[in-house]
Amino acid sequence: MSTVAQVTRLVPMPPGRVTQLRVIRSEWTKLRSVRSTRWSLATAVVATIGIAALACAIAAHHYAQMSPHDRADFHPLEVNLAGVQLAQLAIGVLGVLTITAEYSTGMIRSSFTAVPKRLPVLWAKAIVYGLTVLALMIPSVLLAFLVGESLFARHHINIPFSHPGVARAVIGAALYLTVVGLFGLGLGAIIRNTAGGISAFAGIMFVLPPLMNVLPTSWNDAASPYLPLAAGESILSITPGNHLSPWVGLALFAGYAAAALAVAAVLLVRRDT
Amino acid sequence: MAALIEARGLTKDYGDKRAVDGLTFTVQPGIVTGFLGPNGSGKSTTMRLILGLDRPTAGDVTVNGKHYRDHAAPLHEVGTLLEARSVHTGRSASNHLLAMAQTHGIPRRRVDELIDLVGLREVAKKRAGKFSLGMGQRLGIAAALLGDPRTVMLDEPVNGLDPEGIHWIRHLLRDLASEGRTVFVSSHLMSEMALTADHLIVVGRGRLIADTPTHEFLQQASGNVVVVRSPQADALRGHVLGPDVTVVAREPGLIEVHGLTAQQIGETAARHGIVLHELTPQQASLEEAFMDLTRDDVEFKTAAA
Repeated sequence: MSTVAQVTRLVPMPPGRVTQLRVIRSEWTKLRSVRSTRWSLATAVVATIGIAALACAIAAHHYAQMSPHDRADFHPLEVNLAGVQLAQLAIGVLGVLTITAEYSTGMIRSSFTAVPKRLPVLWAKAIVYGLTVLALMIPSVLLAFLVGESLFARHHINIPFSHPGVARAVIGAALYLTVVGLFGLGLGAIIRNTAGGISAFAGIMFVLPPLMNVLPTSWNDAASPYLPLAAGESILSITPGNHLSPWVGLALFAGYAAAALAVAAVLLVRRDT
Repeated sequence: MAALIEARGLTKDYGDKRAVDGLTFTVQPGIVTGFLGPNGSGKSTTMRLILGLDRPTAGDVTVNGKHYRDHAAPLHEVGTLLEARSVHTGRSASNHLLAMAQTHGIPRRRVDELIDLVGLREVAKKRAGKFSLGMGQRLGIAAALLGDPRTVMLDEPVNGLDPEGIHWIRHLLRDLASEGRTVFVSSHLMSEMALTADHLIVVGRGRLIADTPTHEFLQQASGNVVVVRSPQADALRGHVLGPDVTVVAREPGLIEVHGLTAQQIGETAARHGIVLHELTPQQASLEEAFMDLTRDDVEFKTAAA
């Protein structure tokens, strides 16, 4: 252990102000320095590419035996983006954890002691996590598409990137996953508890849609496209159906995420820590 | 602007429980101010209120003339060690400190210096969740000193430290105060505070009990109990008894005088030609005296008490 005299010998620090950019840098350090980040994001990347490769290989293999009816129902792009289904779970859960783990470990007290205005922490988390997911998922979905495309091309059932809507759907998948992450972050910041945050995320995204079946069909059909999952996933579709137009749907989903973050912001400033 | 902490009528309720009750005090720069009180007396809550982690129900508290959250560089104003763990268990000590430093643009070099200062170099890359209580305290102290703060506020800093660590903390506190910093340290241990603090703010059940220099408090708290050994103890007893003085005979030739100083007793004995074999002011009962003082204010008494 060092002697006491060393305290006084430390270089005095010039007073550095807290800025949004500095808080962003700090949040980047936080995000990259815990294991849950590496595991969740690795899962998302591997799922997006791996499941696409697997699903496309199986579909390509079976295509010759498919009935005309099945062939009519077959959408290569859907198979290509099958991995997004698993990736969204990993990314949403990590979004929740990004903030709830600070509450469960007590880290939030350090965070808010360093940045007592609090809101810069939430914005920095959203920016850092959003950009990280986007930066990882754009190449992942492109790679997933290319892998599927090359597998399908041998059977001449591929759908080219230049086909109307394909580029939008593929890049849109990465945008969709980014919004999923931000929605998770918003819910986590509102609920402040890991189990509760993950339950809320999974409940709203995956449990609510089938629950809508208890409604009369006409109500269900009218309301379902506006639920977060359905709205967000409309960006992935290049076929007509009971869903919103792609960009309107994604914008609505982004609106849900923004609303969650806005509620979180109001509560963050008001609540005791 | 002098570095000081000013609380005015500070009050905090959690539900219908009042944790802090109308605290008014000022913590002065250049000395070590002890914040003394039994567990559950509102010390940690007061510190959270100072930092703005919790909002007061009533009253106000400022640091260096402003609310903590209104400072442009809070870590430069107040360095804090909270009693409750405040570190992500999955992150290494060095990354924890780096993340905190980056919010203020504090360079990585400073982080390295502090890791060495608190003696965590060998475990700096290990996950903080694996740290012992003592290592956790050292990490917390490194975090508190990151911003070269004008005020250092430590909640129960010696908790979990080994004797060497306790010694180190005591000197660190002295050192920081001698540099002109405001040092505000809480403890539930009277003996610890008697060694480190120049001034004491004593609380019980969230209320202010005393705000006084440590030596005065010790004098009052020990209640002028003096043990006297004398072959003429009975004769002495007759001479010292008075309206505010009581004498307890402990054994033949040994009495305990309450209400006079050792000096007064010695002089009385000399006037009457009484031989003394021992004249000992009782300071051993500090902890008990503190308990006497805060007895009514202890939230949870043991059944036997």
